[in-house]
Amino acid sequence: MSPIDKSKIRNFCIVAHIDHGKSTLADRLIEKTGLLTSREMQAQVLDNMDLERERGITIKAQSVRTVYKAKDGEEYIFNLIDTPGHVDFNYEVSRSLAACDGAILVVDAAQGIEAQTLANVYLALDHNLDVFPVINKIDLPSADPERVKEEIEDVIGIEAHDAPLISAKNGMGIEEVLEAIVKKIPAPGGSDDKPLQALVFDSLYDSYKGVIIFSRIMEGKVSKGTKILMMATNAVADVVEVGYFGAGQFIPCEELAAGMVGYITASIKNVKDTSVGDTITNALAPCKEPLPGYKKVQSMVYCGMYPADGAKYPDLRDALEKLQLNDASLNYEPETSVALGFGFRCGFLGLLHLEIIQERLEREYNLDLVTTAPSVIYKVHKNNGETIELTNPTNLPDPSEIDYMDEPIVSAEIMVTTEYIGSIMELCQERRGVYLGMEYMEAKRATLRYELPLNEIIYDFFDALKSRSKGYASFDYSMKGYERSELVKLDILINREEVDALSFIVHRDTAYERGRKMCEKLKDEIPRQLFEIPIQAAIGSKVIARETVRAMRKDVLAKCYGGDITRKKKLLEKQKEGKKRMRQVGNVEIPQKAFMSVLKLDSE
Amino acid sequence: MINAKNCPEERQLCIEKECAGNPAHLVYVHIPFCKQKCLYCDFLSACYAEDTVEEYFKQLEVEIMNADPKHKEQPVESIFFGGGTPSFPAAELVCRILERIKCEFRVLDEAEISLECNPGTIDVLKLRQYKKAGFNRISIGLQSAQNGELREIGRVHTYEEFLEGFQSARDAGFLNINVDLMTALPGQSLESYEETLRKVVELNPEHISAYSLIIEEGTEFWNRYHGKPKSGFPSLPEEEVERKMYQRTKEILLENGYYRYEISNYAKPGRECHHNSGYWKRKNYLGFGLGSASLYENKRWNNTELMSQYLLGNIQEKQCQIQQLTIEEQMEEFMFLGLRLMSGISIEDFKQCFCKSIEEVYGSQIAKLRKDGLLEMEGDFLRLTEKGIDLSNYALADFLF
Repeated sequence: MSPIDKSKIRNFCIVAHIDHGKSTLADRLIEKTGLLTSREMQAQVLDNMDLERERGITIKAQSVRTVYKAKDGEEYIFNLIDTPGHVDFNYEVSRSLAACDGAILVVDAAQGIEAQTLANVYLALDHNLDVFPVINKIDLPSADPERVKEEIEDVIGIEAHDAPLISAKNGMGIEEVLEAIVKKIPAPGGSDDKPLQALVFDSLYDSYKGVIIFSRIMEGKVSKGTKILMMATNAVADVVEVGYFGAGQFIPCEELAAGMVGYITASIKNVKDTSVGDTITNALAPCKEPLPGYKKVQSMVYCGMYPADGAKYPDLRDALEKLQLNDASLNYEPETSVALGFGFRCGFLGLLHLEIIQERLEREYNLDLVTTAPSVIYKVHKNNGETIELTNPTNLPDPSEIDYMDEPIVSAEIMVTTEYIGSIMELCQERRGVYLGMEYMEAKRATLRYELPLNEIIYDFFDALKSRSKGYASFDYSMKGYERSELVKLDILINREEVDALSFIVHRDTAYERGRKMCEKLKDEIPRQLFEIPIQAAIGSKVIARETVRAMRKDVLAKCYGGDITRKKKLLEKQKEGKKRMRQVGNVEIPQKAFMSVLKLDSE
Repeated sequence: MINAKNCPEERQLCIEKECAGNPAHLVYVHIPFCKQKCLYCDFLSACYAEDTVEEYFKQLEVEIMNADPKHKEQPVESIFFGGGTPSFPAAELVCRILERIKCEFRVLDEAEISLECNPGTIDVLKLRQYKKAGFNRISIGLQSAQNGELREIGRVHTYEEFLEGFQSARDAGFLNINVDLMTALPGQSLESYEETLRKVVELNPEHISAYSLIIEEGTEFWNRYHGKPKSGFPSLPEEEVERKMYQRTKEILLENGYYRYEISNYAKPGRECHHNSGYWKRKNYLGFGLGSASLYENKRWNNTELMSQYLLGNIQEKQCQIQQLTIEEQMEEFMFLGLRLMSGISIEDFKQCFCKSIEEVYGSQIAKLRKDGLLEMEGDFLRLTEKGIDLSNYALADFLF
C-alpha cells in the first residue's frame, strides 16, 4: 500500500449551536461523498445511540472517514469528527477540536448566532483551526442569510460573504461545502519520521475488540505491534490493530501515520487508562513532551442513584462499570441511604450528562432507578481547620463543627432578545446571580453576563430560562471558583421520619421558600395512602414548613358496561404501575419521581 | 340448565374449560342511540339521523344471524339490551332484534331478558310491546329524584316523568324493575341523596343500583371538573360526603330489604341481576352491536366503535384483535372481577380453575390486604371488607401481575 499523500487529507469538524443542523449536514456530507447510498443512510449516521438520535444531540465524539473526488480531479480523504454539542462536554469538545485542522461553522439562517455558536467557534479559534461558515436552513420562510452573514462578520469576525447557503435537510448546496472543505481547510502537518505523538480524543469499549482509542496522529506512526505508552496515565500496551472509521464500523489498516485520524486497539483492560486528552507515544522511542491541553476530568454535579428494586444493586454496579468504559467522565462510588438502601453517588460533568446516564441506565440496562436531587461540591471548613469536599448533603457535619462553607460559582453568559432581558434578569436575581454586565450584539439581541452559584443552575435553571424567554434565551457557563456562602441543610421529614435522600443544601435566605415549595411539591407527588402523612421541611430541629397528605378514603371502580372490562383493567394497571414505582420509606410509599421534586420547584 | 342434547363428553369438555362449570351464556345487545348525550357519559352513544337508526338495526340483525353456529348451540340464560337508550328507538325495532335472537339462539325459558330505559322515552303501550316480545326485566335510569340535579348532569327527564314511567312499567306487567341511581353528583348533598333513596324505596323496585359519578376523560364533565375547579358550576361533593353516601345507600337499602350483592348493586333476595353477576363470574358472553365486548372460552374481543364501519358490515376489528387470555390474565380477572361480588371469591374454585392454590399465587397480596383491613376471609371465601369496598381500586390493583 502506497503511503497516503498528506496533502489530500482534510481533518475537520462541524461546530454549531444545538439544533442548527450539525448532524444533518454531517449526514449529507457522508451521503454525497458516496460512502453510503441514500438507501443505507439512516438519518443521522453519526449519532449512534438511540438517545442521541431522539434528543438530536451528540453525546460522544464520533468520527467517520470518507473519500471525495473533488472538481480538481483529485481524491481527498475527509475525516469528519463530530463533537459533542453541549456545554457539559466542553472539555471533550476541545479535545476533538484539537484533533482537527479546520472547522465548518453551521449557523441557522433564521436564528443567527446563539450562545453556543459563539462558545464553540471561540473554542475552535483557540485551537488555531481555520473556520469557515455555512448558512443552513435557507429554505425556511424566516431565513435571512444576509443578516446572518453580517452578524457572523460583526460578532465573530470571520469572513462570511462567500459562505455557502445550504439546506442540509434538502441536500441543497452540499457540493459547495465539499469544495470549500478542500480549499479552505488546510492539510495536516507532521512528519512520519518523528517519534509517535498521538492525541486521544475519545475511547469506547467494544465487547469484541476491548478498549478502542480514537486518536489523531500528530507525529510519527503507529501500527500493529507498536508498544505504546499513555503519557498521563503511564499505561503501557501493545497495539493489536489500527484502522479508520467507516460509517458505523471499524476498518483495519496497516498503519496510522502523522496527519491521520483513526482508531487503535491495544491490550488495554480499562478505559480509565485511556483518558481523553492524553498523548500516546511509542514506549520504546518516546516523544519528548506530551501534547498540550490535557486535563483530568472534574465532575461538577453529583447525585445518588439507587435501584428501585434493592435486589438489582449488583446489576446497577455492573451497568455503571460498563458505562464508565465508554464514558470516562462518569465516576461513581458506593453509598448507602436510610431511605433508599444501597446505591451509588455518581459524579457528572453537568445536568445533561446526568440525565443521559440515567436514561442510558434505564434503557440500555433495563434498570428502574431512583435518583436523588443533584448536588454540587461544597467545601466545608470545619472548626478544627479540616476542609471536606461535600458531594452528598447527608454527610454534612453537625453545624456546631462547621466554621464556614464555600460553594462553586460559575460565570454565565446568557444571550437573549431584548424583550426578555427584564424577565431573565429577574430570574438571575432570584437565583442569587451577581450582574456583571450586558453587551448588545445588535439592536435586538444582547448578552447578559452574570456570576451564578452552580447550585442554583443545576436544578431547573435551564427550563426556567427557556420558559421565561419563550425559548429564545441561550446559555453557556464556565467554572469560576469557590466563594464563601451562608448555606444550610434542609431536611425533609415524611411521616415524621427524616428521608435522607431528600435533603439538600440551600442558601439560608431561600431556605424557607424552598422548604415550603418542596413540601407542596411532595404533597402533590405522594399519592394518598391508607393513613394521613405529614410532610415537613426542617433546618436542624426547627420545622419551617408543613403539608399533609390526607388519608385515602374512597377509590371505587366505576360501572363496567356491557362487560367491557378492558378499560377498567387499564385503570387498575395504571394504579398498579404507580404502586410499582414507589419506594417504601418507613411505612410510606414514595414515588420515585418525588426524589427529583427539588428539581421542579419553579415549574409553576 | 345444561342442555340434554349435548353429549356427555362434550359437556365434560365444556365444564373443564369453563371453571364456572356452566356453559350457558349471556347475550348483550348495544343500542347506541340517545335523545341527548348526558354530560358525564363516556359510553358509546350519540344522537343519530333516523335512517342511520334503521340501518343500524338491520345490520344488528345480520350480525346476530351470522353469529358462530357453535355459539348458537349453547343455551342463553340472559339477554341485556343496553345503551345508549334502548327505549329511545321505536319498540318494533328492538323487539324484532329480540325475536331474531330467540330464533337464532337457544334462549332458555327462564332467561332474564332486560331492557334499559330512560324516563321520557317510555309509555305503557311501548312497555306492553316489550313485555309481549319477551322482555321480563326493565332497568330505568333515574339517577336522582331531584330535578335540579338531573338538569345539572344533562338528563332530559324529570323525576315526575320517571314516576310515570315506573308506574307504566308496573301496569304493563313488569315484576322485575331496576332503578339506577348516582352518587357524587354536582350540587348533591347527603340530605338530597337520602331523599332520593327514600323516594325510590317507596316505589319498591326489585333492584337498585347506585354508582358514583366518575369524571371520565372526553366528557363535558371532564372539561368542567377535572383538575382545578372552574367557577360557574355547582361543586362535586367532598370525598368524605361521597363516602357517607355510599354507606347510607347500604344502610337505608338494607333497612328496606335490599341486600348488597355487588359493589354498587342491591336487590331484594333472589332478584340479583344475573347478567351483571355473570360478568363478574366470567361467564361466557357475546356482545352484539356497536363497540360491544365479548368473552368466550377465555377469548375477549370487541366490535368496532365506528358507526360507519359497523354499518358497512366491518363489525369486528381485525381478527387478530381477538385476545386469548393467558393463565395469568385469567387469574387476574378471576380476582378483580370476582371480588366485586359481596359473596367474594371461592378459594376452592380458584384451585379448581387453575390447578394452583390461591395461596401460592397471591399469598403475599392477600396477607397484606388482610393486614390493612381491606380483605377478609370466611371459610372458603375471600371478600372485600367495608373499607376494602371503599378502596376497591387500590385493593384490586394488587392482583394484577
